[in-house]
Amino acid sequence: MTDGFLVLDLVLGAVAVLAAVGLPGARARAVVAGGLTVLTGAAGVVAGAAALSGTASAPLRIGTALPGIELAFQPDRLGGLFLLLVSGVGVLAAASGIASAHGPSGSRSGWAAFALFLLGMQAVPAASDAASFLFGWELMAAASTALVLAEHAQRATVGRAALWYAVMSQASFALILAGFGVLAGKSGATSFASFAAVDQHSAAASWAFCLLTAGFGIKMGLVPLHVWLPRAHPEAPAHVSAAMSAAMVKLGAYGIALTIVRLLPHGPAWWGAVLLALGALSAGYGILRASVTSDLKVLLAYSTSENLGLIALALGASELLQAAGQPQIAAAALLAALLLCVSHAAFKAALFLTAGSVLHGTGERDLDRLGGLQARMPQTALAFGAAAFGAAALPASSGFIAEWVLLQSLVHATPADGRAPIIDVVLFPVAVGVVALTAGLSVLTFVKAYGIAFLGRPRSPAAADAHEPPLLERIVPLVAAALVFALGLVPGAVASALGPITTGTTGGAHPSEVIGVTLPGLDARLTPLWVLALAAAALVPAVIATVVSARRAPARSTALPWGSGGVLTGARMQYTATSFTEPALRVFDDVLAPTRDVAVTHAAESAYLVERVRVDVSTEDIVERRLYRPLTRLLDGLGVRARGIQNGSIHRYLVYSFAAVAVVLVVVAAIR
Amino acid sequence: MSAVLTGILQAIVLLLIAPLFIGVVRTVKARLEGRVGAGVLQPWRDLRKQLRRPPVRVESGGMLLYAAPVVGVATSLALCVLLPLVSRLTIIPADLFVVVSVMLLSAIAPALVGLAGGTAFGGMGASRHLTILALVEPTLLLAVYALSIPTGSSNLSAILGARIDRPALIVSPVGLLALAALVIAVIAEGARLPVDNPSTHLELTMIHEAMTIESSGRDLVWLELGSQLKLTALVALVGNLVLPWGVAAGAGPGLALGVVALAAKTLLLGGVLAVAEVGLAKIRLFRVPELLAGSVVLAFLAVAVSAVVPA
Amino acid sequence: MTASALARLIARTGRIAEPAPALPVAPSAQEPNAPWRAKARALGGSIHVRYVDAGGGHDVALELQAALGPVYDVERYGVHLAASPRHADVLLVVGCVTRNMALPLQRTLEAMPEPRIVIALGDAAVDGGPFRDGYGVVGPVSSVVPVDLAIPGDPPAPTTIVAVLRELTGR
Repeated sequence: MTDGFLVLDLVLGAVAVLAAVGLPGARARAVVAGGLTVLTGAAGVVAGAAALSGTASAPLRIGTALPGIELAFQPDRLGGLFLLLVSGVGVLAAASGIASAHGPSGSRSGWAAFALFLLGMQAVPAASDAASFLFGWELMAAASTALVLAEHAQRATVGRAALWYAVMSQASFALILAGFGVLAGKSGATSFASFAAVDQHSAAASWAFCLLTAGFGIKMGLVPLHVWLPRAHPEAPAHVSAAMSAAMVKLGAYGIALTIVRLLPHGPAWWGAVLLALGALSAGYGILRASVTSDLKVLLAYSTSENLGLIALALGASELLQAAGQPQIAAAALLAALLLCVSHAAFKAALFLTAGSVLHGTGERDLDRLGGLQARMPQTALAFGAAAFGAAALPASSGFIAEWVLLQSLVHATPADGRAPIIDVVLFPVAVGVVALTAGLSVLTFVKAYGIAFLGRPRSPAAADAHEPPLLERIVPLVAAALVFALGLVPGAVASALGPITTGTTGGAHPSEVIGVTLPGLDARLTPLWVLALAAAALVPAVIATVVSARRAPARSTALPWGSGGVLTGARMQYTATSFTEPALRVFDDVLAPTRDVAVTHAAESAYLVERVRVDVSTEDIVERRLYRPLTRLLDGLGVRARGIQNGSIHRYLVYSFAAVAVVLVVVAAIR
Repeated sequence: MSAVLTGILQAIVLLLIAPLFIGVVRTVKARLEGRVGAGVLQPWRDLRKQLRRPPVRVESGGMLLYAAPVVGVATSLALCVLLPLVSRLTIIPADLFVVVSVMLLSAIAPALVGLAGGTAFGGMGASRHLTILALVEPTLLLAVYALSIPTGSSNLSAILGARIDRPALIVSPVGLLALAALVIAVIAEGARLPVDNPSTHLELTMIHEAMTIESSGRDLVWLELGSQLKLTALVALVGNLVLPWGVAAGAGPGLALGVVALAAKTLLLGGVLAVAEVGLAKIRLFRVPELLAGSVVLAFLAVAVSAVVPA
Repeated sequence: MTASALARLIARTGRIAEPAPALPVAPSAQEPNAPWRAKARALGGSIHVRYVDAGGGHDVALELQAALGPVYDVERYGVHLAASPRHADVLLVVGCVTRNMALPLQRTLEAMPEPRIVIALGDAAVDGGPFRDGYGVVGPVSSVVPVDLAIPGDPPAPTTIVAVLRELTGR
């Protein structure tokens, strides 16, 4: 069944590309090519669901022009889950794109690249050997680079963002290639099944692990490899950034899960420690950056870095617990990682799509210039609010379930009998602290994003004139937001579907449930529906009291908010996103290293009279400033110096080729 | 069914105790300061008066201005039902992580109201409130972690049960460290001294008050009652963790004792809180993170010790 | 100060508040059917006071501060200072209204929910006092907002202030 739908998927995708290239009118192209892309995604959803449920199927083999090399696609359960996720996000993003893609992103190349991007993303989790995996990976990277570049004629920043993105994704590709190369060299074949034969405790396996983690870490946006993420996501068109953030970066998480669950299961404990530390760093740093930025899409991009950090943390915890001989808790941690992936796909798709609607409706991405959008864009506000609820991991949302499972697995990691390895005694409390800080700061971040953009009064004329986008662009985020709550309220069904993946390596069965989640061996059970029911029951007396009171004393509305009697009462008197996070900026001064510049202009008559004060607070990414800037400077320098070799003289070039042949001959002679 | 009844009982008891708790704190403070105080029933009179008055709402505030306070008070009420306060039998398992996240939810309501008002002070209060909330979170969860280690469960009823069975757990170093961290977290969460001054009239020093500056009438009542309920429930939880006796094991006649014990513990702790507050001044906003960092260290120590030393 | 020193200080000082006098007969009691009496009854023993200094000297403010202090302890009768006019039911204005304070005073009253009672406290607030004809003065409080209760005195004694506020709370 899976293979049949994969074929259908491929055919639909190919037709979508052809339609995008062939159709002349922008409207017809959007409907036909977009519609076919939606269908491509839908076929992937079915294929993924079938693979996730464990339906057996034959591998799909595609010959290539190179003799002896063919592409093979046969997703296992884990691959099926990610196939389902990326395809599902693809459906939402393409559907929204039909309405929202204008200009360059709705051009022939725009739609063709989007269809190819989706096909690439589907190929990665479906692949059953390294060559097919890398093929899909590169297709995905190339197509998404083209998509990021779409609006380069409109904004000068796009070109640089795309350059960063291209460089980082090629580095990622090279590292993964090297990692697979090490494993292929050791096992003598390129299929994933043969990689599993490599001894996990050999040096080669550890090299492969490090290379693969670095490669996948770039895609996941793990700190300090995240620099491309806050640049590329904001510059891409809305439906592309939704697909990139909600689906593509998740394939990095898939890569790591693939490595530690399928390729090299039961690896040494330090792998887990590395992943956990990387994850904790990314989660903490990502959410801190997200909390202080006032650009809505940059904020969402950093929050992606945070969420992927949490996923890496959960995967690391799972690996550590596996090594410590606690398979049931390890399974719970792995379940947490997968639930985080599912939940993030739903809420981040909704958030990026609504951010796109805000951008279309106002032309603004800067929170400091938004405000009062709830009254002007009610459906967008609803979708953003609901998705933000999930992003902040509040009860009854999908994010909450995922974090609950993660925290449960972390707090059960150290048994009370004092047997736990000392590294776990330090790492797990730190992990809990980081997860908690992340939870708190994400509440701050998303209350800020929602409160400043949608509540209060408009801070600019553009925000005052905001309007809702077309119907389809409004509905798609609402669907994604509804999924956030659906996953949050019937998590048992999801957990049961994911259960076999988590217990695949540990043995034992995962209980099959619908509304509740039980973690076997952990004495922990949660039924979020009952929490919601409790809250609803508590709402009854409050609402009754309100209604009774409202009948006796109807409210009076007034135009002026209370500004302490001040004469100035304009919208500029409100708090902005920047002022909102000033306390957090001060508290985390050491990590964020903001630079403040105060310029005071005095009146001409007297230095005691101040005419105006200008304060500039810049919160540049410290990793970029301290790590990447010296690195790029070094590379630039090397490039300049290397130019000396290439001076245009044909004689010099002949000498080079002679020297190269001589060196090769010497090396070959030495080896033989 | 009996679980539902105990839940309703708990909600009613907390609704009665919460304003009384604030009244006790204010009266004890007044007496220590040489004043007489308005009496322990004054918070009740204040709430009753405000509930009768027609609220004034700013037009640009939108529906959140009146919906968020209602949701806020409802989540606080849900928190009261969720915790094992009168009885260890709760409607749904009192998982500490669920408790913490419901608490987060009830803390968001006033912040949204503050931002919806569209004033400088509302935003300022929301910003400070959420910053402190974010910093309290690690302490809370680490304290939960430390409390859950000896019982192997994060279910509060199980933790209370274990404390009744083995009172040594309460005075163990781990228990004391975790409790100290929890108390600091509760004070910060409940906007009490030295983190926030509940009786300030100076806008620039406000945290909680600044968020409610735009609310009036029943909107204000819901916000105030919500924060009173939350504080009282958390103080009662601390009381139950220190003195787990008197909490009924299930439904039945033990509930009467449970109610009395709960009221006694809560009001006693109210007195203790008042005495402590008389001796404390509000610390600067940017010193608060130092206090909270200290509490994180305490909680971290509690976890580390309990993992190394078998209980 | 150490905790023990603080405890000794508290024990040594004891109660500062003077015993509550019998429910007073305030200067305003001559008008038993004034509209503010009905409004005050609806408040049920709790009033929140929004204090506005509209101009003039600081003398009345000092007396008001004394009334709020531990000796007269007006809080024991259910009187609080409000942090925002949205919470307040009594607008207590001292001083004659200066030009710059006229608009803020109006806005403060406008911001208060019903029922609301306006008290003009002190001679300057009631009729302008010595500042009446000043170039920066708009006039007495009643020329800017409707006044319910006018309490003369230059300045009124804390006992008078307490007595008036007790009439509002009825305690």
